[in-house]
Amino acid sequence: MTRLQQEIPTNDPLNIAEQKAIINNAIANNKDRPGAVMLVLNEVQGKIGHVSTPMQAYIARKLKIPLGQVHGVVTFYSFFQTQPRGKHTIKFCLGTACYVAGVSQLIEKAKQSLNIDMGQTTADGQITLEECRCVGACSQAPVVVVDEEIHGHLRPNKFPQILKKVQS
Amino acid sequence: MAFYRSHVLVCVDPECLAKGAHEIVDALQDEFVAQGLIDEIQVLETSRIGGCANGPEIMVYPEGIHYHGMTADDIPFLVEEHFLKGRVVERFREVVKPVVDEELGPLRPKEVRVVLRNCGQIDPNNIEDYLAIDGYQALGKALFEMTPEKVIEEVLSSGLRGRGGAGFPAGKKWGLTRQVNDNPKYMVCNADEGDPGAFMNRRVLEGDPHSVIEGMIIGAYAVGASYGYIYCRAEYPVAVETLNIAIAQAREFGFLGNNIFGTDFNFDLEVRVGAGAFVCGEETALMASIMGKRGEPSPRPPFPSVKGVWGKPTNNNNVETYSNVPQIISKGAAWYSSMGTERSKGTKTFAVGGNVVKPGLIEVPMGITLREIIFEVAGGIKDGKKYKAVQTGGPMGGCLTEEHLDLPLDYEALTEAGSMMGSGGLVVMDENSCMVDIARFFMDFTQAESCGKCTPCRVGTRRILELLQKICDGLGEDGDIEKLENLCHEVSRNSLCGLGQGAPNPVFSTLKHFRHEYEAHIYEKRCPAKVCRSLIRYEIQAPACTGCMVCARNCPVEAISGERRQTHHIDAETCIRCGICMQVCNFNAITVES
Repeated sequence: MTRLQQEIPTNDPLNIAEQKAIINNAIANNKDRPGAVMLVLNEVQGKIGHVSTPMQAYIARKLKIPLGQVHGVVTFYSFFQTQPRGKHTIKFCLGTACYVAGVSQLIEKAKQSLNIDMGQTTADGQITLEECRCVGACSQAPVVVVDEEIHGHLRPNKFPQILKKVQS
Repeated sequence: MAFYRSHVLVCVDPECLAKGAHEIVDALQDEFVAQGLIDEIQVLETSRIGGCANGPEIMVYPEGIHYHGMTADDIPFLVEEHFLKGRVVERFREVVKPVVDEELGPLRPKEVRVVLRNCGQIDPNNIEDYLAIDGYQALGKALFEMTPEKVIEEVLSSGLRGRGGAGFPAGKKWGLTRQVNDNPKYMVCNADEGDPGAFMNRRVLEGDPHSVIEGMIIGAYAVGASYGYIYCRAEYPVAVETLNIAIAQAREFGFLGNNIFGTDFNFDLEVRVGAGAFVCGEETALMASIMGKRGEPSPRPPFPSVKGVWGKPTNNNNVETYSNVPQIISKGAAWYSSMGTERSKGTKTFAVGGNVVKPGLIEVPMGITLREIIFEVAGGIKDGKKYKAVQTGGPMGGCLTEEHLDLPLDYEALTEAGSMMGSGGLVVMDENSCMVDIARFFMDFTQAESCGKCTPCRVGTRRILELLQKICDGLGEDGDIEKLENLCHEVSRNSLCGLGQGAPNPVFSTLKHFRHEYEAHIYEKRCPAKVCRSLIRYEIQAPACTGCMVCARNCPVEAISGERRQTHHIDAETCIRCGICMQVCNFNAITVES
């Protein structure tokens, strides 16, 4: 049996002491609970922002489960990211109410303002644009979520203001 | 309990939090301490006082004065004026507007609140508030005055049906789980409310978490379960936090844990958080996810009541179902079944969205008509436009038209009309919505959320989406509608779980009621509602255009040309039909033609 040997990039959280501690902590907190994979991954994703392939291998080894199982879970759920994201994320709600209220115009405006596509990060690593499913703030549609903050009733011409706030 | 002369409620909904609600709470507390009022006035965190549109919002009782739009810096002034001098500060006072955008406001006409009765009235982070309104009394009644069989019988005769959408009688489900001779048994609460446009469960979890927890404990006693999971979607961080606080408090008060109320009944509970997969709302997928696996559905039987979480008997109900239970136990089955229709009892919460005057969360008795909901409870169609259709049951439901407006809402009536109850999202569409585009939108959603386990759903939804996209792009050909129909039948017949089986429903129902719109797209290359980008063009009308250049500045592709104060012109070749110009024009000078 050949083992998947991989060079771990120097900027991987596994090579950064603080972040490695977070991962170890997440594993230690949850490894004895049933269904630990999701719990560990949720914690790591929440605190570090992504779960790279070396991280998946590390978690699998520590939890004593196949890498395939961890990878399967990571790729199944849309919350888990395998690559680092920008410092800030701007998410556009694609729920029905937001769709009807014209979130697509907002997306168009955002793509144009930042010159990137959905799912991409700006070259300076500052902002990632994402689409997301209904955030449940339908009465304020269309809704944009900047990091954790909800902005409702947003019209395209107001978008640059939001952007300015994020960039400052 | 200490006595306070006044209570200050601060809204801590996501919208208000984003606007600094926590800073307001801290500032209030600091100021009350500084002024020596802290023993007289209590600061409470609650949810949903008003619309949150101009947050943060606070409510002062007993006066019932609603302030909003202040910052932490304004608090010393507010405290001095209101609480020391007794003068209402008009500057921050909420002025009641005829139309208030809100999720859950004051009781609307025809509303009956059972599930939502405590939302916005109590502090969800303080169990004592729930106890003060007779919380956990139903649990006591069940444990001391009723046998598990009696509890099941009561729930059964109340006529409570699964509020997740399928409408399976809750009491019957409990009975099935109880019968299975295997231990331990589990309780699961489905809080993975994924339907776009539905947020009823979020409000209950954030505003009244203990009613759900109490319902689960009573259920656990009835079916003989010893452990429970609340599976909440990751998109609801506030709900997860509120639940965790509520569970810790319930444990502290002895409502969870060993020997509940000194009896030999043991039950404990934890929250499991999803990670953004819509299919996890399906019960077998949800249980796979709890077990830390990919959230893929599995064939039934075996049903969860026989083999569920960890291969053990599991009872799975929705948030709203559980939160009905305490009141059924304390007020009796007869009270509950006095509301609703012959076949569907009680009340139902709906999240009304789309093109209505007053969108938001409502709770109405079963059997109410769509007309009453849309035109009385939700205030009618926005901007005086014409009602076209309403989508019920989320992306697996269907649309209902003018002819269904007087249909009494219950599970069977909706199914017969070609839609379904679903979890309770109602998206109202006016004449400006293109039904082909709506069908495409829903198919885009289900296609993306299909887990990929079974082929009809994985491939079928993709092919349906491609056909719909083709029609929306104006490339539809003769025969496409028939192809679409065939494909939809195959997908709905052969898919493994509710997602695939229900995915074609929006196509079926739009085809049934709006076939002419499909035909207009295909044969006349025209989008009657003027939505589909390839079939429309934007034009600037000369008399109305003032040449202010707002549209030209906002156009992402620089398709608009013209001098200042001169009528502008849109170059149809360059235009990507994003519609931004029409939205930003202050003079309604831009029209859309098909």
